[in-house]
Amino acid sequence: MLAHDQNSLKRTPLYDLHVSLGGKMVPFAGYDMPVQYPAGVLKEHLHTRAKAGLFDVSHMGQLALRPKSGKVEDAARALERLVPQDIVAIAAGRQRYAQFTNDDGGILDDLMVANFGDHLFLVVNAACKDADEAHLRANLSDDCVIEQLADRALIALQGPKAEAALAKFCAEAPGLTFMDAGPHEVAGINCFVSRSGYTGEDGFEISVPSGDAERLARMLLENPDVLPIGLGARDSLRLEAGLCLYGHDIDTTTTPVEAALGWSVQKSRRTGGTRAGGFPGAAKILAHFDGGASRRRVGLLALGRAPVREGALLFANDAGGEPIGQVTSGGFGPSLNAPVAMGYVPTASSALGTKLFAEVRGQRLPLQVAAMPFVKNTYKR
Amino acid sequence: MTTTLYTSDHEWLAIDGDVATVGITDYAQQQLGDVVFVELPKVGRALKKAEAAAVVESVKAASDVYAPISGEVLETNAELVAEPALVNSDAQGKAWFFKIKIADRSELGGLMDEAAYKAHTA
Repeated sequence: MLAHDQNSLKRTPLYDLHVSLGGKMVPFAGYDMPVQYPAGVLKEHLHTRAKAGLFDVSHMGQLALRPKSGKVEDAARALERLVPQDIVAIAAGRQRYAQFTNDDGGILDDLMVANFGDHLFLVVNAACKDADEAHLRANLSDDCVIEQLADRALIALQGPKAEAALAKFCAEAPGLTFMDAGPHEVAGINCFVSRSGYTGEDGFEISVPSGDAERLARMLLENPDVLPIGLGARDSLRLEAGLCLYGHDIDTTTTPVEAALGWSVQKSRRTGGTRAGGFPGAAKILAHFDGGASRRRVGLLALGRAPVREGALLFANDAGGEPIGQVTSGGFGPSLNAPVAMGYVPTASSALGTKLFAEVRGQRLPLQVAAMPFVKNTYKR
Repeated sequence: MTTTLYTSDHEWLAIDGDVATVGITDYAQQQLGDVVFVELPKVGRALKKAEAAAVVESVKAASDVYAPISGEVLETNAELVAEPALVNSDAQGKAWFFKIKIADRSELGGLMDEAAYKAHTA
């Protein structure tokens, strides 16, 4: 095991809970986080798909973007200067997936943006949250008051039994549909609840004041259908769901089009749209929409049993030749009971069914370009 | 009669005459977590002590298994390849990796007995 300096790591409000539940703590994005509990990654993964899993994602950044004018549309218009998404069109009580882009069309971070009626609520990645806050302050301060909500924890409750588990404490939960988001009381605590997640399953993400987080988590865990799930299974779940991990599948060198995230850029921001462009890297990103990108993120299913992991080089043939791409995430998919991966390949090699080879320990292992998600998602639309 | 010896890299060797059966320890499987893939050396391969001989992969990560001693691979465990989870359920029994013909008995001198291994993992 890698040695690490526990003292330099931050703790989430649920740290004591993780330790008391037997969580195996590892450093992640500057936090001491549970990679797994005694059940283990495989069982935690399968339990989430069968019943419900509770995840501590409090390391992620939560921000409020408050319009100085008092009109949420002004905050939305301001945020559109930094993301290629249509933020203005997000109705009150709804949220949308977005990316902060850079001047080269690359992705600085991916995030969720919710319209809470009088302000926007953002959830960003842990490793990027300080940079994101600085980016927002540098660019939006004329129009918005930017507040990092450091006093809130974030709990994800995912899986087919998540609705019933949450309904016990939040009567409004069953009425939410996928990507609904807003303030709701959960067990009498003022929370922000969204029907979303990072597993491909139906579920919720619950922002809760730090001081109430452990109490709420323990109440949810009293339900025998709900098990605590570590970062290990969080990663295998999101991989099977075909969802990107920032810093791996997307980064400052990948455009949303290359990353196969074009679906998340609404027509209004594309060429010919009512508010086309006007975000960092627009020239390149719109050129990728209009003329195509030379590479694309694809799903990859190994034809053998050996997992193909991040960094493995991809080849067109079983011997010789230069690499044509690289795996950006890969591992074993417990629900598929097979290796799964994603990576970038030339657009010409990105058609479903294209046979490729990944170099693993000096051998070329056959793979096939496959549709994502690998496991059918069960969002409540 | 067999004697079981251990390496500091968490492999076990059951010594029976000039043949050693090699696997990873129960401690190692606990550290790895759920094993989903095992790759074993080819029968007939001449292994040199400390070279990568096999691979064991959990959901999260791949780990090399090093040859604890030098020698020729005599047999590998096909049952383990078909059912990698045996590593978790019976690491020091059914989940043996390979059998090796001991090339140099002096290499056994550097290995630990059970008491020493227990102290090593304590």
